[in-house]
Amino acid sequence: MTRPQKQGNSQPRWLFPFVVTVIFCLSVLPLGRLAATGIMSAFRGGASELLSDPSLWRSVYDTLSTSFFGMIAAVVLGGGFALLLTLFDIRGKALLGFLFMLPTMIPPQVTALSWIGMTGPSSALLKALGLAPPLGSPQPLYSVGGIALLYGVQNAALVYLSLRAGLLALPRDGVEAARLSGASSFQVLKDVILPLSLPGFAAGAAIAFVSCVGNFGIPAILGIPAGIYTLPTLIYSKFAAFGPRTFADISVLSALIAILSVVGLMVEARVLRGRDYRVIGLSGQVAVFRLGAWRWLAELLLWLTIFLILFMPLIALVASSLAPAYGVPLSTATATTKAYEEILFRQAATRIAFTNSLSLSLATAFGLLVVTVLTGYFLVRSKSRFVGVISALAEIPYALPGIVLAVAFILLFAAPIPVIGISIYGTIWIILIAYFSSFFAVSLKPVVSAFRQLDPSLEEAARLSGAGFARRLADILVPLVAPAAGASVILVFLIACNELTVSALLWSAGTQTLGVLIYNLDDSGSFNIAAALSVLVVVMVIAMMIVLELMAKRLPKGVVPWRS
Amino acid sequence: MAKLILNRLSKTFDLGGRAAVNDVSLTVREGGFLALLGPSGCGKTTVLRMIAGFEQPSDGSILLGERVLADAGEMVPPEHRNMAMVFQSYALWPHMSVAENVGYPLKVRGISGEKRDRKVKEALAAVHLETYADRRPADLSGGQRQRVALARCLVTEPDVVLLDEPLANLDRHLRQEMEETFREFHARSGATMIYVTHDQAEAMALATDVAVMSEGRLLQVATPEEIYARPEGRLVGGLVGQGSILSLPSPVGDGRLLEWPAMQDILADRTERTCADILVRPQDVEIAAGGAAVTVLSVLFEGERYALRLALPDGQTLRAFSRHPVKSGDRLAVVIRSAWRL
Repeated sequence: MTRPQKQGNSQPRWLFPFVVTVIFCLSVLPLGRLAATGIMSAFRGGASELLSDPSLWRSVYDTLSTSFFGMIAAVVLGGGFALLLTLFDIRGKALLGFLFMLPTMIPPQVTALSWIGMTGPSSALLKALGLAPPLGSPQPLYSVGGIALLYGVQNAALVYLSLRAGLLALPRDGVEAARLSGASSFQVLKDVILPLSLPGFAAGAAIAFVSCVGNFGIPAILGIPAGIYTLPTLIYSKFAAFGPRTFADISVLSALIAILSVVGLMVEARVLRGRDYRVIGLSGQVAVFRLGAWRWLAELLLWLTIFLILFMPLIALVASSLAPAYGVPLSTATATTKAYEEILFRQAATRIAFTNSLSLSLATAFGLLVVTVLTGYFLVRSKSRFVGVISALAEIPYALPGIVLAVAFILLFAAPIPVIGISIYGTIWIILIAYFSSFFAVSLKPVVSAFRQLDPSLEEAARLSGAGFARRLADILVPLVAPAAGASVILVFLIACNELTVSALLWSAGTQTLGVLIYNLDDSGSFNIAAALSVLVVVMVIAMMIVLELMAKRLPKGVVPWRS
Repeated sequence: MAKLILNRLSKTFDLGGRAAVNDVSLTVREGGFLALLGPSGCGKTTVLRMIAGFEQPSDGSILLGERVLADAGEMVPPEHRNMAMVFQSYALWPHMSVAENVGYPLKVRGISGEKRDRKVKEALAAVHLETYADRRPADLSGGQRQRVALARCLVTEPDVVLLDEPLANLDRHLRQEMEETFREFHARSGATMIYVTHDQAEAMALATDVAVMSEGRLLQVATPEEIYARPEGRLVGGLVGQGSILSLPSPVGDGRLLEWPAMQDILADRTERTCADILVRPQDVEIAAGGAAVTVLSVLFEGERYALRLALPDGQTLRAFSRHPVKSGDRLAVVIRSAWRL
């Protein structure tokens, strides 16, 4: 007979300490360190010099204005798509929805590059078509408006998803009741559906705003050449010009970003509060309104938008990658795959970046999975009163902009780790740990929803069969959450592989990632090579999204982020 | 194997909240078949889950023979109890075949190869599912899934088999068939079985002993015949059989079984004396001249007979059967052949 155990629940004794340690290391420690440095430098008066610097306030203003206009653009684009695709009888909804999601999943630096390739005097595409503006005319995207426009394109899907989720949760019987009361389609839309979907609009706008504030890739490529600095790029440039006050300055700057983000997230939480119980009755499928003669016009508008925000930039990107040199006109005679040969076979830097990004992403995706399966199990099964706090702490690093997290890890690991005395600063390990922290929530979410779907009696039956925790995990739990775990791995891999913001601050010689490489190539003028690399990245993103799309039927609801 | 003893068992989920199970003491003899009967939310499933080891008692203890399985301080985890359970949802693992589901407890115990195959085959034969060994649970009907769950219990010769409302999700036809399978299973395995249900007919038909629970407390434990004939208190009386409970002046003397002369006296009694609860079952109410005057409230044709609801002059209602049609509003005379003082 074995030793009796104290608890009646199914978790082994070590699980709770394990989960607490993980959350402490990945969330509490870095953010606590950041807060401590910020507060300390504020008390020492170091911050006053920074805060009296007009360039800081210029940058706050630019951050707010680009983010605000970006949010407006995202609301117009995403809101329009969500309303048209959810409420009306548009043909090809699934395809349109999928294509509309793509710009969000394409890394921002690639978006920026592809749009540059589409506009301006050096555009290979415009030159090939003979439409390029004369040399010397300015690149129109190197402006606040350009940054805001691309923010809008990049984040429109966030508004789309939020609003669509709200629309799908609308009570169908409410719509039917309004119809029976004699309301016309238009009146139902105006009096019932739009008022009820306002929280979805507001929440989507808030998330889009937060995402704009934290964006690094777009303002880095479009803003820096024009002297426009948003807070993330200001941190980057301060960090590049390293000085004695750098740590204090960047901690204050990232605290500013964190505050802006938290305000946005609080707005989101506030408008979404009560969504669960406000909508009562049967929901799931909103009544579809018939557009009648207007349908072809709406469809034309949707496809034209997709063409403008997705196909055109991508065609331009491909064109740029095939151009022999930046600014040289592209024709069938001059087109060359030299840039691809260069990245795939010649340049050591690209090979290193590929190796780094792939191994970092694989290590993050699979390493995190081990941690999140255990954490997810704990969060779903435990009756501990700390569950709420722990899941909130797990969410925070991903909710905050990557640049904030990167600064937190720089502060945490700038000095050698106490006791062990090893410094991981400047090595690939600091990027790996920052990825673990940043993408923890991404990896956790699918696993948690899979565990929630699992009937507890499946595990209880295994316990009565005599299976201990490790055995149950291997034989019952892991096989049953496997599809969600697979989705979690792909998602984390996809995001980590394309990530720029975190590694932009944390890389050093030999540890550059794909995102950093694309940015550096563009920065140093190798536009066609950067474009070729971006094309490969886009191909990879689309391939993985298609895999997830095909898996979606076997996954719990909410696992694939662009499906609702 | 040994008898299962619940000793003053209590369970409170929220600190300071109402006890879900309150001071339940019960002994199930070896090889016994106990039905835990009660309305939903009465704590019967919590008792079952404490026996299985999924919940820890807040107070009291559970013993299997001499061995303490659980008390408020320590407990043997379910994986070391040698028990088996049929869940209301069957709890079959969807990623394993029928044979793998049934063989899993053996696999965990390190039994493999030909011995395991033989035992799995035997268990499947016992529930008449030999030909389904390679199917997935998703391809089976509800009754077949139930039988797979039962075979999984059979395969390891457990000390105690627990059944949590196993027939709740089956249609009436299948229930009778499965009741037969359970009886067969009990006779064959000789295991101690504990069966949770809210259906009194099911409990009566299957169990050797019935324990009635309400609001966390154990009201009565007895054989089905005893519970039916001699229920204790209003709750048990109301739960078992379809009787009506009348509040009438206390009869003289201590006798609890009341026949017509005694009933006639108290029905006619107009004095204000303390009242007693009297259980009257419909089959004991006979329409006959010279009986008590009643008014027919409603008539329901049930095929073999009419079910009547009758009102006494003071407004209390009782149920009766009639072989001849009557109309609501008719005035009749009834003789109560037998009644039970609760």
